Amino acid sequence: MISFEDDKPLLIAEGLTKYYGRQLGCRDASFELYEGEVMAVVGESGSGKSTLLQMLSTQIEPSAGRILYRMRDGGLQSLWDMSEPERRFLLRTDWGYVHQDPQHGLRMGVSAGGNVGERLMAIGQRNYAGIRATASDWLGRVEIPEDRIDDTPRTYSGGMRQRLQIARNLVTAPRLIFMDEPTGGLDVSVQARLLDLLRRIVSEMRIAAIIVTHDLAVARLLSNRIMVMKGGEVIEAGLTDQVLDDPHQPYTQLLVSSILPV
Amino acid sequence: MSAPVYNFAYLDEQTKRMIRRAILKAIAIPGYQVPFASREMPMPYGWGTGGVQVTASILGPDDTLKVIDQGSDDTTNAVSIRKFFVKTAGVETTTRTEDATVIQTRHRIPETALTENQVLVYQVPIPEPLRFLEPRETETRRMHALSEYGLMHVKLYEDIARHGHIATTYAYPVEVGGRYVMDPSPIPKFDNPKLSDSAALQLFGAGREKRIYAIPPYTKVKSLDFEDHPFEPYRHDAACELCGATHSYLDEVITDDKGGRMFVCSDTDFCEQRRAEGHAHVPDQNEAVHG
Repeated sequence: MISFEDDKPLLIAEGLTKYYGRQLGCRDASFELYEGEVMAVVGESGSGKSTLLQMLSTQIEPSAGRILYRMRDGGLQSLWDMSEPERRFLLRTDWGYVHQDPQHGLRMGVSAGGNVGERLMAIGQRNYAGIRATASDWLGRVEIPEDRIDDTPRTYSGGMRQRLQIARNLVTAPRLIFMDEPTGGLDVSVQARLLDLLRRIVSEMRIAAIIVTHDLAVARLLSNRIMVMKGGEVIEAGLTDQVLDDPHQPYTQLLVSSILPV
Repeated sequence: MSAPVYNFAYLDEQTKRMIRRAILKAIAIPGYQVPFASREMPMPYGWGTGGVQVTASILGPDDTLKVIDQGSDDTTNAVSIRKFFVKTAGVETTTRTEDATVIQTRHRIPETALTENQVLVYQVPIPEPLRFLEPRETETRRMHALSEYGLMHVKLYEDIARHGHIATTYAYPVEVGGRYVMDPSPIPKFDNPKLSDSAALQLFGAGREKRIYAIPPYTKVKSLDFEDHPFEPYRHDAACELCGATHSYLDEVITDDKGGRMFVCSDTDFCEQRRAEGHAHVPDQNEAVHG
């Protein structure tokens, strides 16, 4: 288990609310996320978990509430008070975002090396050999054969694409990574391999992660804490094992009892 | 029957005013693509409608115009645009680079060094250097605004990964004045160094894409590259077979169907002047026999 000797939260969400017109997306979500901690957001379709993730990753602006983030210098900053260039810089250096569909997170026409190297070049690296060496190292770490470095993701299998997407996000050593259904659309054995990889990398690099999933097994394997959402609201939150072993809310109980025992 | 009456240089004064405002803005922000209300011109897109509109807006009755296409004064595109301005503006035309005050060009920069009294107008097919990497215009504009140019290097990275060197040979991306990344129009990368610190004003017009951009005189223009794969201009390793020049950009001309070929200067005016000065090709012992 990871020890939290540093008790300053990395990310603080306060009363995050999003209305799409009169339609509620997510209401009054508040939580704190610590460095190296993995939090899962679970719930059925339409429960507001994707809205919450999009707000946290600054893709949509909340209707109310605020998000505070601890910068590398230790100071807390409100994300929506930052300028757009600062926010975008944060997004491509200190953060990662793993899409459910790797086609959205990768440049499909660009080689694997280029995909991994893009963030490095974006922050000003101009040494081809250096970029290529780092890219090759990262491909190794996500178990992609290094001789595939010049192939485009189009020639990759679904599992490889997802691993490449992870490498592309982690190459700048981010401190926080968002994942939207990272194992969706993969078959079970590929899922298991990906989960193993994620668990290893997240704990090795002490990356904090917020994982949106409808799969309780994924949540149990990866996360320290869990938030259960329903109808746009957080109905239950706590340590993953606690919530899954002793769910309090009727909906959570239903959710837990609806998975087949393995 | 009376012939149609045109305003001087075809465009009406209001249109010229609008284009001049765009040009002034472009000069004020080197390398930035200024949108303008491009007009329908009496020639198809791809024939230089952007360059023609820029030229029409800056041309005065005292100007001398030179039009080149791939360095040549006598190809269809150059001839028809020159005739267009002779007809609609009645200006003097020339093929001599040093005599021209306005030079409209497609895909080349003249070999003869330009002066402060000259304006070079480029015809631009696709003004957006990021277009093939990021198809969304909203996104490329934001990338320019925030100078997020990492993607441009991804393209160069891909070149090296595939070919072992930067294989982009024309429309080679440049950074203007340390700020905007710009497409220099499809000039060969041999010409890129001439973009920088030029004494002449350089204007770029893209008619179909409705953009004007500029490099003011004496502006630093840097070709993008990697530390370990620096930018290198390319020219064929040969001398012009007409004038013997070893420092000009060469065209490869196929002379028969048995593999015969010759290299000649792409800048016809430059080549003619050199021949008039008595330069000639000196056959080299090591050179392959042609024909």
